[in-house]
Amino acid sequence: MAGGDNGASAAGEGRFVQAVPREAERVRFTIDGKSAEAQAGDSLLAAILVQRPVLRRHEFDGGERAGFCLMGACQDCWVWSEAGERLRACTTPVAAGMAIVTEPPAERFAHGRAHG
Amino acid sequence: MAELMAEVVIVGAGPAGIRAAGILAAQGLRPILVDEGRQAGGQGYRRPSPGLALDMDTLMGTEAGKYKALHADFAALLNRIDYRPRTLVWGIEDRRLHCVRDGRQTTIAFDALIVATGAMDRIAPLPGWILPGVFTLGGAQAVLKDQGCLVGRRVAFLGASPLLSLAALQYRKLGAEVVAVCDTSSFRDKIAALPQLAAVPRTLARGIAYLAALKRARVPLFDGVTPLAIEGEAGVTALRFRDGRGHERRIACDAVALGYGLKPETQLAELAGARFAFDARFRLWLPVTDEDGRAGEGLYLAGDGAAIGGADAAEASGALAALAVLHDLGLRSEHDERPALRRRLARLRRFQQGLARAFRWPVAALARLSDEVAVCRCEHVTAGDIRRAMDADLGPVDVNRVKAITRCGMGRCQGRVCGPALQEIAAAHAGLPVEAVGRLRGQAPLKPVPLGILEEEEA
Repeated sequence: MAGGDNGASAAGEGRFVQAVPREAERVRFTIDGKSAEAQAGDSLLAAILVQRPVLRRHEFDGGERAGFCLMGACQDCWVWSEAGERLRACTTPVAAGMAIVTEPPAERFAHGRAHG
Repeated sequence: MAELMAEVVIVGAGPAGIRAAGILAAQGLRPILVDEGRQAGGQGYRRPSPGLALDMDTLMGTEAGKYKALHADFAALLNRIDYRPRTLVWGIEDRRLHCVRDGRQTTIAFDALIVATGAMDRIAPLPGWILPGVFTLGGAQAVLKDQGCLVGRRVAFLGASPLLSLAALQYRKLGAEVVAVCDTSSFRDKIAALPQLAAVPRTLARGIAYLAALKRARVPLFDGVTPLAIEGEAGVTALRFRDGRGHERRIACDAVALGYGLKPETQLAELAGARFAFDARFRLWLPVTDEDGRAGEGLYLAGDGAAIGGADAAEASGALAALAVLHDLGLRSEHDERPALRRRLARLRRFQQGLARAFRWPVAALARLSDEVAVCRCEHVTAGDIRRAMDADLGPVDVNRVKAITRCGMGRCQGRVCGPALQEIAAAHAGLPVEAVGRLRGQAPLKPVPLGILEEEEA
């Protein structure tokens, strides 16, 4: 369980390109314990994928994923808060101080429920 | 005055939902407009998130006027309706919607329900489609409008849809290198569809103009394409396909936007009691409505969630559904706009039927989809898993049965992505027409909700 830090992915460039600038305050958050910066108004998915090429590792096939439908339908882009709350990254705005983990907190599975 | 107290709830704040809300508010009702989004507009008329310096006039092009008018009308409407953004409807019973908003359970009671839940891309799997860097065509546009982000630097557009060329132009405007636009349908398909497409000459002309603009920009355009694979290890590196002349091509790219037209989000309509019928023109199961959108007692459907029609049809059908509600409540207006709206809607939907013919859903390619290709991206069920399960099963051929055995369609997206492909693969393997293998049934919760919410419900 490397907490979503998948070596090559962390070293690569971002997948998304911010083509249009945003006038908004900067916010700091963490992805798998690593400090990151975004802007208020960014979705979690955009905030993560402008700096990383992938979002998470798939729970069954082990392949890497970066979301798919980008409109809240496919649920491919789930991430979690450190407290265990499941977040749909494409429709959740980033907020200052968010601590995001890209693998489901293990404790959640142990209890078999969404709120550990 | 009892009818004036009627609670009308609209689900979905795209062009259909907004127009419906406007008609109801004009009659003195105060409808509740429930929106899963953070801002009204739906997908096509999505507004940029706060602070984004995105020039929507340029991006929307010829549709900028309609986009602005809809949002201006919505802004003027806000204090006369009860608008509830960020609210997901996940269930329905006894004329009550079960919703979750900001992590909390709420219920909304209604006398009349207008379902305007829109559509998403219809997806045909191919080898490599699960790689990071492959996104839905509509999603590639959504993230551009919502976040000002491109899904990659060198982007290929693949599928069968008039939106391929529109999205490619939008991406090019904002700095992406469009390496290819690959349309799996042929020029002949388009010629065959011309009589229906002529129903709305303005939109037909727009589609031709997009293609001409791409040609002028020397964007490589291919039609009659047979997709072979999306290549890559940790992410997309190339798209491989056979062009219309049979030459195999491999084009380097870091993203693919994939879409074969739209499929309606019908899950809520289904739970609300709508009946379904197979529509051979779209090869989709669509809810059955009358010409104004009535689908049952107190149930009305509008927009692309009722029948794929596009934004203009969504506005017209939203207005019609609201007028039907008013009519059924006994609130008739002196000037009856319905006949004109019905004619307009019929014409716009005829055009969409033409589009479904011009941009074909790739039935034959799905029938021969290679066994190792994943069909269900949630549960990782391959085409071979589906065929083997069918071979081993002695029961009647039914996609819900195949789903129960293989888990294809049972994952996070609840069959939204894999459903249409599963139906084609199952039908082809059984040697049956696609309508004979049934329709994936929806169930609550319509989208995943935190388990705590369901426990709260039971308590």
